Amino acid sequence: MDGDAVLDRNRDVEMRELERRADWIRLETIRLVEVAKSGHYSSVFSCAEMFAALYYRTLRIKPGDPAWPDRDRFLLGKGHAAIGQYPVLADLGYFPGDWLDTYTRLGSNLGDHPDMRKVPGIDFSSGSIGHNLSVGVGMALSARMTGRDYLTWVMLGDGELNEGQVWEAAMSAAHYGLSNLVGIVDANGMGLDGDMETVMDIEPVAAKFESFGWSTSEIDGHDMAAVCAAFDQAQSADRPHMIVARTKKGKGVTFMETTPHWHLGYLGPIDKASAVAEIESRMTR
Amino acid sequence: MTAELTPHAPAEAAGLADPASWNIETSLTKLPALTMSQELEELAAVRDDVVVLTADLASSNGLSSFAARYPERFVNTGIAEQNMMSVAAGLASTGLIPYVSTFASFASLLCAEQLRTDLAYPRMKVRVIAHHAGISMGFYGTSHHAVEDIAITRSMGNMTVVSACDGAAVRGLIRATVDIDGPVYLRIGRGAEKPVYDAVPEFEHGRFVSVAEGSDATVIATGLGVKAALDAADLLRGQVSLRVLDAAYLKPIDQAGILAAADETGAILTVEEHNPHGGLGGAVAEVLAESGRAVRFARHALPDDYALVAPPSHLYRHYGLTGQGVADAVTALLAR
Repeated sequence: MDGDAVLDRNRDVEMRELERRADWIRLETIRLVEVAKSGHYSSVFSCAEMFAALYYRTLRIKPGDPAWPDRDRFLLGKGHAAIGQYPVLADLGYFPGDWLDTYTRLGSNLGDHPDMRKVPGIDFSSGSIGHNLSVGVGMALSARMTGRDYLTWVMLGDGELNEGQVWEAAMSAAHYGLSNLVGIVDANGMGLDGDMETVMDIEPVAAKFESFGWSTSEIDGHDMAAVCAAFDQAQSADRPHMIVARTKKGKGVTFMETTPHWHLGYLGPIDKASAVAEIESRMTR
Repeated sequence: MTAELTPHAPAEAAGLADPASWNIETSLTKLPALTMSQELEELAAVRDDVVVLTADLASSNGLSSFAARYPERFVNTGIAEQNMMSVAAGLASTGLIPYVSTFASFASLLCAEQLRTDLAYPRMKVRVIAHHAGISMGFYGTSHHAVEDIAITRSMGNMTVVSACDGAAVRGLIRATVDIDGPVYLRIGRGAEKPVYDAVPEFEHGRFVSVAEGSDATVIATGLGVKAALDAADLLRGQVSLRVLDAAYLKPIDQAGILAAADETGAILTVEEHNPHGGLGGAVAEVLAESGRAVRFARHALPDDYALVAPPSHLYRHYGLTGQGVADAVTALLAR
């Protein structure tokens, strides 16, 4: 890729291509978990379509110059899903693909949670759930102060919304009228200990953000056309906008969709082969 | 105190008839050492990357003056300190230099994780001005005291920790640290500290400042302990020749200054408005122990407990953070 090339916002890409890209992210996640012997499969599978749409269509980025001041920012509040972000960044040319083979091994730049000082393309480190919406508020405020037109996108888990700091950030984003800030809730309905309703109910998510002064939209986070449409619409909101994406934890591999215990895990060879086969059959359809 | 260090308008300007009356605004006139707003306003005049944040305390810490002059570079997050720290991280990630200010108790304890994870770990150039450190909030009680903050911040990688002993030092330390990489934790008092410096000092990175020469013993003090140590040197004049070092930098710590004091005076007392564990005394003890020096050494700090309720000056007398208290501690050390 030309190092100086800017990938513009809302690029013209086939939906089918983005859908295949989402499944490729799932395959890559399975591959990297094999290196680490432990990983967050299902947390990536719920947001794979959105990763694909953001990086291969929506965000204005310049992979050859990760510090480009006018790039759109993307913050992964649910940092444990970075395993699905790393293959995308490598594929776009932010860093060499063979870094992926070192994932989580001694001295690797790629850990379970993303480190902005080690990984080109990571706009801010994350890992401690609940901080990144605040960081995004700072980035959006800076854009206003410095007269730049970049957008700041922050993806949160729905479990992350249990953290109080998220609501401090929500309050301040609305107070400062940050229409250049877009949030995405990957509402997969599950935390580590089980379904959100049982662990700590956060619904109604959209109504809560509305009451904090945000505009919202609610979509099926696995419907690529709906994801792209929501991403387009969010960019012209007149206030901070939260996309509540209804998703399924473990989406795309049947036995993960139907068992609630895949927040963290490892697939032995037989189960791995079956998961890969299911994903690949969908990609070649 | 020079005239340039008195930052706020006289009390009469607030329209109060009775000179005994005061409110939040006029209280600032009693706090001449609260110089940060003045310094930041001067800094902002020459640098467009400086921004200021506080959490509903601008009228208490004097940043209301900055806010009035630079409204577009001022962010009030309301009473949401953790959000403020992370917002500052986001601002810093784009190349701005945010100055974040709140009570030291909230900056260091409530926001310890944001300091570590969002400022120190990713090396954000955020400058935290933690005011009302130690027990300077007096009868507000333990929730508003910060006697653990040196220990907390000193243990964070990439963090620079500095401590101002008076209003001139606040300004000097802001100047000295404006461009260094990574976050800075600047520990200051409530603004009533008596002057140590008669002009804004130029601080050298990682070095103590010798504020009194002496050969019998050294007091290494930080914050308001520096003035107490100078007063102790006066009280002991003719009996003990006391060296006084202002530990303006707590991290990095001045190893050469500590070892020279050990070699040249043979006795070291540390003085700080902090829990005895992990603060200045702990930092000096680490250097001395690893050096293998045989030297008389004691820490003069607050007890490993929660302070009584009282006005600040009463507490300082009670806990010996006064000239007499430090003089007594020096005498006891030299009698060992």
